[in-house]
Amino acid sequence: MTNVSGAPGAADSGTAPEPVAERKVSETLHFARRNPKLLIGLSIVLGFLVLGLVGPLFIDHDPNEYVGPQTQSPNGEYWFGTTTFGQDVWAQFVYGVRSTFIIGFLGGGIAFILGTTVGFVAGYKGGIIDEILNMITNVVLVLPALVVLIVAVAYLDVKGLFVQGLFIGLTSWPWAARAVRSQALTLANRDYVDLARLSGRRTWRIITSEMAPNMSSYLVMSFILMFGGAVLIAAGLDFIGLGPSNGVSLGMMLESAMQWSALQLGMWWWFLPPGAGITAIVGSMYILNVGLDEVFNPKLREL
Amino acid sequence: MLELSHVHKVYRVGAFGGAKLRAVRDVNLVVEPGEVVSLIGESGSGKSTIGKMVLGLTKPSQGSITFEGKDVTSLRGFGEKKEYYRYVQGVFQDPFSSFNPIFKADRVFELIRSSYFPGVADADWRKKVLDVMDTVRLDPDNVLNKYPHQLSGGQLQRLLIARALLLDIRLLVADEIISMLDASTRIDVLNLLADLKERGLGILFVTHDLSLGNYVSDRSVILHKGAIAEMGPTKRVFDNPLHPYSRHLLSCVPQLHRTWAEVDAELAADPPEDVELPVVAEGDDSAPLVEAEQGHFVGIDQS
Repeated sequence: MTNVSGAPGAADSGTAPEPVAERKVSETLHFARRNPKLLIGLSIVLGFLVLGLVGPLFIDHDPNEYVGPQTQSPNGEYWFGTTTFGQDVWAQFVYGVRSTFIIGFLGGGIAFILGTTVGFVAGYKGGIIDEILNMITNVVLVLPALVVLIVAVAYLDVKGLFVQGLFIGLTSWPWAARAVRSQALTLANRDYVDLARLSGRRTWRIITSEMAPNMSSYLVMSFILMFGGAVLIAAGLDFIGLGPSNGVSLGMMLESAMQWSALQLGMWWWFLPPGAGITAIVGSMYILNVGLDEVFNPKLREL
Repeated sequence: MLELSHVHKVYRVGAFGGAKLRAVRDVNLVVEPGEVVSLIGESGSGKSTIGKMVLGLTKPSQGSITFEGKDVTSLRGFGEKKEYYRYVQGVFQDPFSSFNPIFKADRVFELIRSSYFPGVADADWRKKVLDVMDTVRLDPDNVLNKYPHQLSGGQLQRLLIARALLLDIRLLVADEIISMLDASTRIDVLNLLADLKERGLGILFVTHDLSLGNYVSDRSVILHKGAIAEMGPTKRVFDNPLHPYSRHLLSCVPQLHRTWAEVDAELAADPPEDVELPVVAEGDDSAPLVEAEQGHFVGIDQS
């Protein structure tokens, strides 16, 4: 058993004993570095993140400003061409990537935190607490979220990214809560959770260190879905004119491209970058998730 | 030391919780220090439920469980429970599900350390761990720093017993700890329990296997449909079963060189001694016991 090459136990048995925490981190890294899915997914997501963070710094004009000649295909000066009005598509794209990440992290993050907290507490505690939380979840679930969003966003004076993200987060968490609750229900009755209770652990420690790691890929997966969902809901809101009044997003780019018949006019450089951008960000996050699953779950590792 | 008096456990079942399932009915029993008490019963007889109630993982519907004079069922808050688990520990049936598959198996020791011995130095702790590993006759090189799926059931089960021994326990609830082990490792674990008994540990040994109960215990309790059918010193219960259910149960043990017909004929030829079983009125939930001989009790007949 000890001589199986590549087995987690065998790999570090020859080295000098290190502190436990350090060894654990280095072991995770060891497997993370050898996982192509993780590396590919992570590099694409990080690439877009860096683009969204750094790209706007190099653009000295407003993305919606009419800066150049109209309807130019991509060239040396305007990398992604210009729109019917002479707006720089590259500038819109990098700002759009930035606001896509902001809305994804904000909306998806709020929904994720709310949903997992409610789901874990309901699934672990059970009984009357479960009943109450489940009722609240169901009420929010049957609310026509888009209609509420339209009404709320239309009545509010502030139409920034943050308000949009907050509302998306507050209306889209029930899905995560139900999914996490059903997982937590099965995990809460496992023997090792009972054993942790017998070891004098607090409830939140049991949830965070016994149950959550066992569904880490599930949690990452639901965060990715919430991220994607938030981006899509934001695009939908942008589409009906309820987006950030003076900002720019990939969804708004798609919308205006469609509104001004970019497809019919053959202006592929207008709608292709935002469409491909959303697809690449969400798709590479999915690949990243599969890779993370293999790194975190020893049983899935290719020994 | 441990005393259960008039303990009931009723589950609500059915679509709207209308029906009741009586898992444990009016159980009275005592475990003294240095004594092994076997709870023997078929599936659904309530034996594991009793173990869980003693460990505080579920609450009895009625009745009291006291440990060294303190009521276990009324332990309030996290601190009191933690203090209780310092003296009372459990080992569960399935060693493979008692370990969190994400982490290495020896993490169960770390849980105990972080909860109960936060101030102990690394070297002292290592010595303590090696000490208990020696008690359960495990080779540290073979089991430390391994994942649960890399170890055998017997090794895992002994790790769990070692974990319990790290604390200064006085009562061990062993819930079918032998049933998942193969025959060759069974005897090691049984002998280990005998050693622990020598040290003055009280053991509540839950099993469905009559021969194991006979081998290891000082007193035996035979459960039927949640109530005690027969209780007494192991030798008397096995040599002279008085309750019709225990007679039937003992006749069901397969024997070499004898057919079922022979066993049945012998059972019929040897009618039970004239013991008057207690009777309860319809709708009465109690299950009184009658002392047939010194320390040997017989309960109601529910067949």
